[in-house]
Amino acid sequence: MTDPTTRPGVGKPRTGDSPAGTSAEDPAGQPGDGPAGHRERSIGRLGDRKRARLDELARATADPGGVSLYRDALRRLRRNPVAIVGAVIVGLFVLVAIFAPLIAPHDPVQRFDELTRDLTVDSIPGATAGHPFGSDPLGRDFFSRMIHGSRQTLFVGVLATLIGLTLGVLLGAVAGAFGGWVDVVLMRLTDVMLALPSLLLAITLVAMASRSSQWTVIFAVAIVSVPIFARLLRGSMLAQRESDHVLAARALGVKERNIVLRHMLPNSLTAVIVQATLTFAVAILDAAALSFLGLGDPDINRAEWGLMLGVDGQRYFEVRPELAYYPALAIIVVALGFTLLGEAMREAIDPKNRR
Amino acid sequence: MQARRLRTAVSLVAVAALAVGAAGCAESDRGDDSSGEAKTGGTFIFAGAGDPKNFDPIFNDDGESFRPVRQMYDTLIQHKPGTADLVGGLAESWEHDPDGKVWTFKLRQGVKFHDGTPFNSAAVCYNFDRWYNMKGAAAQSQMIYYQDVFGGFAKNEAEGAGQALYNKCEAKDDGTAVVTLNQYKGAFPGAFALTALSIASPDALKKGDADTVKQNGDSFEYSSFATTTPVGTGPFTFGGWDKAKNEITLNRNPDYWGDKAKVDKVIIKVIKDENTRKQELRAGTVQGIDFPAPADRKALSGEGFQVLDRPAFNILYLGINQKNPKLKDLRVRQAIAYALNRQQLVQTKGPGGTKVADEFMPDTVLGYAPDVQKYEYNPDKAKQLLKDAGAEGLTLNFYYPPDVSRPYMPNPQEIFTVLANDLQAVGIKVNGVPRPWNGGFKDDVQQFGKQDLHILGWTGDYNDPGNFVGTFFGRGKVEFGDQAMTEMFEAIAKADGTVDEAGKKAAWEQVNRDIAAKWLPAVPVWHAPPAIVVTKDVQGLTASPLTDERFNTVSVSK
Amino acid sequence: MLRVIVRRLLQLVVTLIALSALIFIWLRNLPGGPVEALLGERATPERRALLIKALGYDQPILVQYGKFMQRVLTGDLGNSIRSGDPVTDVIARAFPATIELAAAAMIIAVGLGVPLGYLAARYRGRLLDNLTIAGTLLGISIPIFFLGYLLKDVLTQDIHWFPPSGRISTGMDNTTVTGFYVLDGLLTRELDASADALWHLILPAITLATIPLAVIVRITRASVLDVLNEDYVRTAEAKGLRHRTIRGRHILRNALLPVVTTIGLQTGALLSGAVLTEKVYNWGGLGTLITDSISGGRDYPVLQAIILLAALVFVLVNLLVDLSYAFIDPRVRVR
Repeated sequence: MTDPTTRPGVGKPRTGDSPAGTSAEDPAGQPGDGPAGHRERSIGRLGDRKRARLDELARATADPGGVSLYRDALRRLRRNPVAIVGAVIVGLFVLVAIFAPLIAPHDPVQRFDELTRDLTVDSIPGATAGHPFGSDPLGRDFFSRMIHGSRQTLFVGVLATLIGLTLGVLLGAVAGAFGGWVDVVLMRLTDVMLALPSLLLAITLVAMASRSSQWTVIFAVAIVSVPIFARLLRGSMLAQRESDHVLAARALGVKERNIVLRHMLPNSLTAVIVQATLTFAVAILDAAALSFLGLGDPDINRAEWGLMLGVDGQRYFEVRPELAYYPALAIIVVALGFTLLGEAMREAIDPKNRR
Repeated sequence: MQARRLRTAVSLVAVAALAVGAAGCAESDRGDDSSGEAKTGGTFIFAGAGDPKNFDPIFNDDGESFRPVRQMYDTLIQHKPGTADLVGGLAESWEHDPDGKVWTFKLRQGVKFHDGTPFNSAAVCYNFDRWYNMKGAAAQSQMIYYQDVFGGFAKNEAEGAGQALYNKCEAKDDGTAVVTLNQYKGAFPGAFALTALSIASPDALKKGDADTVKQNGDSFEYSSFATTTPVGTGPFTFGGWDKAKNEITLNRNPDYWGDKAKVDKVIIKVIKDENTRKQELRAGTVQGIDFPAPADRKALSGEGFQVLDRPAFNILYLGINQKNPKLKDLRVRQAIAYALNRQQLVQTKGPGGTKVADEFMPDTVLGYAPDVQKYEYNPDKAKQLLKDAGAEGLTLNFYYPPDVSRPYMPNPQEIFTVLANDLQAVGIKVNGVPRPWNGGFKDDVQQFGKQDLHILGWTGDYNDPGNFVGTFFGRGKVEFGDQAMTEMFEAIAKADGTVDEAGKKAAWEQVNRDIAAKWLPAVPVWHAPPAIVVTKDVQGLTASPLTDERFNTVSVSK
Repeated sequence: MLRVIVRRLLQLVVTLIALSALIFIWLRNLPGGPVEALLGERATPERRALLIKALGYDQPILVQYGKFMQRVLTGDLGNSIRSGDPVTDVIARAFPATIELAAAAMIIAVGLGVPLGYLAARYRGRLLDNLTIAGTLLGISIPIFFLGYLLKDVLTQDIHWFPPSGRISTGMDNTTVTGFYVLDGLLTRELDASADALWHLILPAITLATIPLAVIVRITRASVLDVLNEDYVRTAEAKGLRHRTIRGRHILRNALLPVVTTIGLQTGALLSGAVLTEKVYNWGGLGTLITDSISGGRDYPVLQAIILLAALVFVLVNLLVDLSYAFIDPRVRVR
């Protein structure tokens, strides 16, 4: 539905926010394409703006200041109220997810006699003693399902992000490290993927899968973010390739492999982590959209917010609108939290903001 | 109703006495019209749930295609509105010889097709012969109901297709058609009322090149008769199908032989999403909708809409696959039956009016036995039976389609979850396997038999136990695993072949008793009535158990 | 230049053939499928066999693919399994619906987004700016199908301001010229039809516009702020030019360039959103067609045609953009 790379910045304006591929500092329009960059990719194809943003983020890590970079970024993060709000939301969400079994009063899949007694297809019991949110459509404790929902939602989001990140980083690292035709082919592939509408790609993947399960959803949502991470990592590696510290290491006779592993990769990961934070929000929104389209996780025993919203929330909207409101609210708040935090982090590591 | 009978009777007497042809009758009908007592005019807009396939009755097999077809065509025998009982249609009466092989139809006189050609015995025989002689794999593969009833064609395109039951059709005189079968089958006479076996105008069939079904790549192209020029005898004529707007328009047939339509026009609007259908109804943009979500029924009737429950003519069952040796043991199957709290399922998830099923057919069908063994919810007994059978710690693969809504199964995800929960409670470990309805569920269940348990169901086509029980258990099926329950197959074949009514009833009752007590190849779950909803301005719509609603009696007051 | 175009076109043909083979074979190896969809509950082994034969599924997959390609070369993409209509007709019917919806959404997003973004930048840090930023954040964090549901529930059910679904009132006897109903009404002077279609269009367009609107507001805001800091604007201000002149001559003209680029690039996001929006409002466009052909009848001919057409359009547009850039900017060499 939304694309993390086209999400605009938060808070203070940054000159780097100029969206076109041809920004003021790059008159020829090859942001991030290092000296070894390939000119033909710079000519404004459909994925261009996405790339521009990614390359900018990649460049941010090209000149690492070692420890001071992180200290610097952290200091700026702590002062930014947007970052604090985002971090608090994300922190709470993760805490609830981790301690869900302790917080939730009941088992999320257990059916309760006191709830099923008054349950019919057109009336779902509301709050009663011991069940603050009342029943879900199957006589289960809705409150416990909401709490456990954080866990499943975190699981889907984290796994989708991790899979996308891993595949993307691998692709990007291979492209960045090898260069040449490998680079051209891989980047051409990511161009194509970037230009496809993300949800359509996910839908097609689900349709092409021979069976539907939680994993098809996670995988479909993950694949969408692969080109984003690949682009990002490659751009970062290319930018570093000619940077002072890499040249110095090379001059000192450090093996090329070690340069990549010890110097370039760790630096690039900062940008990747920032992007991952933004990807998480998109992942849970896309998973919910797939459920809404009837292509999501088919197991309604699983308490996952997107699934609860897309299936029960839709079906019983008029019988008990809370079944839609609560998971929707949870998704909105969490997506917002991750977006705020991600944007603030991106801003913090931006070298232009470094003093 | 009374007026209709009276008028029909009067016109028939008039026809007989004056011995005038079709023209006279049509004239007298027109006279009726001008008095304006019945016609109310206006347009009835009804929201259907899916696209029809085409409008040639014989090439269709689903309710969404039959909805417009029913308004445009008539069958020899019809269902009394609101029931599955048979009454005269295009045939005023029918009779068969003691063997059930020779069926004589006395046809209604003075009936005309929409194109002005007369309806007579030659037209009836033309239709029967057309079906029997249909050529080409493409055309034959689309005649689901014909094959269901008559078994085979003059020349079968597929190997393994059955012997044709149909022998010949003779026009004894203009008003008498005699259909001869090679063998009796319990489906008759009910099958003559199948919408798929509607009588079409021979002239229009020929002009519209109706028999040509072209195979193009992996799909079929239907004739112009089936798509743009369908011609029957029904209360409405075809007005057009705007596919961009998803609207099918039907116009009033002023020369209809029966109750002439009260409205001038019917528009069937296709809205696939049940929620949207309801919202359109509320917004007043449609006057009737089919298949409201079970959850919405109460709210809609509270808001003043007429929620018409169709008498349940369906069955949802939990299939058990005896390919699994553990499930071969009757005690394990009984344990499964005892473990299910079907009463609670009906209460919590059944649409209003749903009843627990004890047999595989609704109690309105001939041969329903009032005294079969019932499996009341009893988890302790289930555990005991499992223990006796040495099947504790059983793990079963439970297949279900998560993505579909059928009249007998509005929400398979929830039904599966509840049933699985009950089974877990008696110590059976359930491994849920969701498979999309058209993406492997039916193939896995019916063709490959991968499941241990599954949920599936059926909506009846006509009032015949063979159409329910015979369909499920009449022969060895992969779905239930055991190909060798010959005792059951034979008992069903015998019951189905019994012509005499009393003997037939007794035979089927015994079959039902034995299925419940001795064979238990599946567990019947519920009969769930689907509903149809109209605004309070709509009068004259009778909900049919067979979803056989005809809109000629409908009027809309504004 | 000509050689480049020819080479790119050849590449395109090879890509499409490879893609079509992949999709064709993949789809036919999925479990279930058209045979299952056509037979429903009434499948028996014999019926299955007959249908498989009738559809030609008993032939080797490569033979099937060969026949498919043969037909494609004559411009025949096959017929929809469900309706038997030519796939090209099916797509041609759905296409204007989606374009009309997307265009309306874009008009809303741009018409509202650019002024809002400009105002937010002008009054940076003030209430309006903060509200706008909060609004855009909400816009990108809300699942749009949920937003559509809320809008629909309140505005069509609680108060009957808008129709709940569809593109035009049932039974509206309008003439179809282009398939864009609003436009058709104007062309044929059936103004009531045009108004009716517009009335149906408003809610879906607003729903679909949410994300592009949020993005455009923020891009405009950032871009205007960039320009405000540029020397020539400061110079203009120092020269004492009237504000309106500065706004017109300098700020907007320069700030809008990146915005225009963004608008083009939002097309992809718009199509994603269209799938959800069309489902909410039963819109009957390409989005509905895609979801229906997947989850409904497994309509493979339609599905593969849509995927191939999407690929074709994408590659062609890409090529055109490349060429136009090369045309505009001689520094860029197309390879």
